[in-house]
Amino acid sequence: MPLAAYLTLAALVFAIGLFGVLTRRNAVGILLGIELMLNAVNINLVAFARFRADLAGLVFTLFTISITVAEVAVGLAIVIVLFRVRRTVEADHLDLLRG
Amino acid sequence: MTLQTVAFAAVAVVLLAASLGVVLTPNLFHAVLYLAAALVATGIVFLLLDAPFLFGVQLLLYAGGVVTIVVFAIMLTERLVGQSIRQTSRYLINGALLSAAVFVGVMGFVVQMPVGGPRPSWPGELTALLGRALVGPFVMPFELLAVLLVIALLGALYLARSDT
Repeated sequence: MPLAAYLTLAALVFAIGLFGVLTRRNAVGILLGIELMLNAVNINLVAFARFRADLAGLVFTLFTISITVAEVAVGLAIVIVLFRVRRTVEADHLDLLRG
Repeated sequence: MTLQTVAFAAVAVVLLAASLGVVLTPNLFHAVLYLAAALVATGIVFLLLDAPFLFGVQLLLYAGGVVTIVVFAIMLTERLVGQSIRQTSRYLINGALLSAAVFVGVMGFVVQMPVGGPRPSWPGELTALLGRALVGPFVMPFELLAVLLVIALLGALYLARSDT
């Protein structure tokens, strides 16, 4: 398969993830959309690394996977705290910082 | 059609269907299960790109770790059964338009790309090369990553602790 096929697939998954981030009301649902977008970027990194025979893309993918796991852990901890304080994880109701 | 083309098409269909399931299904728990399917499909894309080590990392960290954490978060914030887990979406038209615009913008760059030749081969065993790169030229970000993981662990514990 040519490189463009992998890039197209990644762009499609990225657009679907962006759609989820924009339309979900639940904070956990928004995090799931962010996961999809990061995943699409990983496909791009690995595809470029493979077709250019450059190890940097694979190392970057390892780093983004690890950082994503840390991000999800912290993000869900924040969601749990929000739920404890406000009894909701609907993003529309979380406007404590609105001026 | 070669075997690799067939495999790529099958994985792409599964990945796109699972991704649509993640963003469209009203049941949040089902969305997490679709996410697990999408993550495994992505791992198989890595396999098609000759990166079996990344396939393993993807399964262990993403499909194993992230999905487990998200399921725990759902259990702590909503009941797993019943109506409370149902969620609605808003701004469907606007979201679809903006996502389509981003996709078209990215594809504008992809179609301009020169058609590459065949895949160059790696100079040696890929996993061994990756290991040497991690402790060679990339050792500083690698160590910083360890610090980041400790900070994230402490931060998550601090945020989610109970007050008692």
